[in-house]
Amino acid sequence: MTDPVLTVENLNIHFHGSARTTHAVRGVSFTLGHEKLGIVGESGSGKSQTGRAIMRLSPPSARITADALRFGRTNLLAASEKQMRAIRGSEIAMILQDPKFSLNPLMTVGKQIAEAYRTHHRVSKAEAKERALAMLESVHIRDPKRVYDILPHEVSGGMGQRIMIAMMLIPEPKLIIADEPTSALDVTVRRQVLSVLDELVDRTGASLIFISHDLNLVADFCDRVLVMYAGRVMEDLPARDLGRANHPYTRALLESLPRLDQPRAELPVIRRDDTWRTGALA
Amino acid sequence: MRDTVLEAVDLTISFNDGAVTAVKGAKFRIERGESYGLIGESGCGKSTILRAVAGLNTDYDGSILFEGRELPERRRKEHFRAMQMVFQDPYGSLHPRKMVQAVLAEPVRLMGLGDEQRRIDEVLRNVGLGPEFRFRYPHELSGGQRQRIAIARALIVEPKVLLLDEPTSALDVSVQAEILNLLTRLRRELGLTYLMVSHDIAVIAHMCDRVAIMQHGRILEEITAPDVRAGRVAEDYTREFLAASAPAITA
Ligand SMILES: Nc1ncnc2c1ncn2[C@@H]1O[C@H](COP(=O)(O)OP(=O)(O)OP(=O)(O)O)[C@@H](O)[C@H]1O
Ligand SMILES: Nc1ncnc2c1ncn2[C@@H]1O[C@H](COP(=O)(O)OP(=O)(O)OP(=O)(O)O)[C@@H](O)[C@H]1O
Ligand SMILES: [Mg+2]
Ligand SMILES: [Mg+2]
Repeated sequence: MTDPVLTVENLNIHFHGSARTTHAVRGVSFTLGHEKLGIVGESGSGKSQTGRAIMRLSPPSARITADALRFGRTNLLAASEKQMRAIRGSEIAMILQDPKFSLNPLMTVGKQIAEAYRTHHRVSKAEAKERALAMLESVHIRDPKRVYDILPHEVSGGMGQRIMIAMMLIPEPKLIIADEPTSALDVTVRRQVLSVLDELVDRTGASLIFISHDLNLVADFCDRVLVMYAGRVMEDLPARDLGRANHPYTRALLESLPRLDQPRAELPVIRRDDTWRTGALA
Repeated sequence: MRDTVLEAVDLTISFNDGAVTAVKGAKFRIERGESYGLIGESGCGKSTILRAVAGLNTDYDGSILFEGRELPERRRKEHFRAMQMVFQDPYGSLHPRKMVQAVLAEPVRLMGLGDEQRRIDEVLRNVGLGPEFRFRYPHELSGGQRQRIAIARALIVEPKVLLLDEPTSALDVSVQAEILNLLTRLRRELGLTYLMVSHDIAVIAHMCDRVAIMQHGRILEEITAPDVRAGRVAEDYTREFLAASAPAITA
């Protein structure tokens, strides 16, 4: 049997503040193969912090413990900061919600992609430019030559996110962690961005962790879904079965969606059950 | 008798000296207590309309009427108070170095309302956050908690109209349900009027009485929520748009 791409065993994250300690992630375990894994769950359930811990990009006040946190055979808990930088640059990529935070505002889009390309491949400037243009085309940017020369603030949200994806995927990472990559985008653009991501994941054989609060999107796009609540994984199930999930929390999440086929005066809100925080897991 | 709160007449909005016309001759009328939706694909002009109504951009042709009176180019304080905008982006809309308490106190002071502490406690409760959230900074909040604060900031001045630009699209569904219920309750109890943009067609059908579908800056047609649910539309474009926006989970 081949090693899983990622192994997470009993991951715990505490935040130590001056006034209080928050136990944000509590005993999360899962393994990831060559698949698209969705992580859903309500705000504050620990989705982003789980993703950041894998990248070792947790805030300084976070204390991370785990029985295992392995990327292939690399022990992410023991890796040096230098090793982590190498891994982050080339083997694990993270795509965040807002591309504006990740692009350099002062450098043209094309130049950024070309430079990113040159840090990973030994090629001439001219060739890097060719590659960057091809990369823009591969994420369905309509007029790559024009977009090459503009600054990040001149591109629309959807274009910015596709450009980010293009840049992140230059080194052909084995694992991509996308944290709400499309929640700032409208439906039509969202679909374009997802199909670009899908295409690139298929082509390079990467694994994907797709963090989202959008149940419909995850059901549609992912292979498997983890449902998180209060820092724990409540349920781990095939994405196509999400509509028929068993756990009362997952059911409650589904119930709280407005539905086109059933008008309702009020939406059911989740009545939290204490056993979800502490009880045995499905 | 009609009690029109908000009306747009031949609203046309251009940018870059007329190089881009983002809104072309838009017309709508919204009654008091009504909830009116705007839908359409990215870049069709929805936010541009909301920003003009809010007074964030008053460089437009045509007119916008509030309670029957044309809004002046220089808006007065009471106009800003009466029409509050809630943005989608919970990251950009809160100042990183301001505690929640300061974020909420600012509009109260700006509008000279007084009774700051009571208003803050009440509005926090209204958006489902405990009083301990007063002392948090944005980076100590999850994305969803931040958006609740942004909504609280709009509600705290007791506006008449809320301009909601994708107010729940960055929220998880459980918080979305709470916020939508909250917005429904506030509209009923306070007689608020909503002008709302959402890409989620089920949210629009749930929240709005009438919906305008836009394409390339124009309002193509106006339909009711039951029309949205039943797909009863006149324009092919609307039909395609609704089909493309249909949710995946139906079980
Ligand atoms: N720097 C921090 N200090 C203290 N607590 C924090 C910090 N960052 C996050 N938390 C807490 O950790 C918990 C998990 O946060 P996380 O960002 O992982 O949630 P999430 O599931 O991604 O939510 P969302 O859907 O809103 O993005 C939350 O309760 C949050 O308040
Ligand atoms: N300040 C501006 N300067 C120049 N063009 C602008 C400006 N604001 C908006 N536009 C243009 O006006 C058009 C409408 O933009 P608007 O933001 O209203 O779209 P939208 O319908 O809200 O789209 P989305 O669903 O993506 O938010 C777009 O073509 C946009 O590029
Ligand atoms: Mg998050
Ligand atoms: Mg908009």
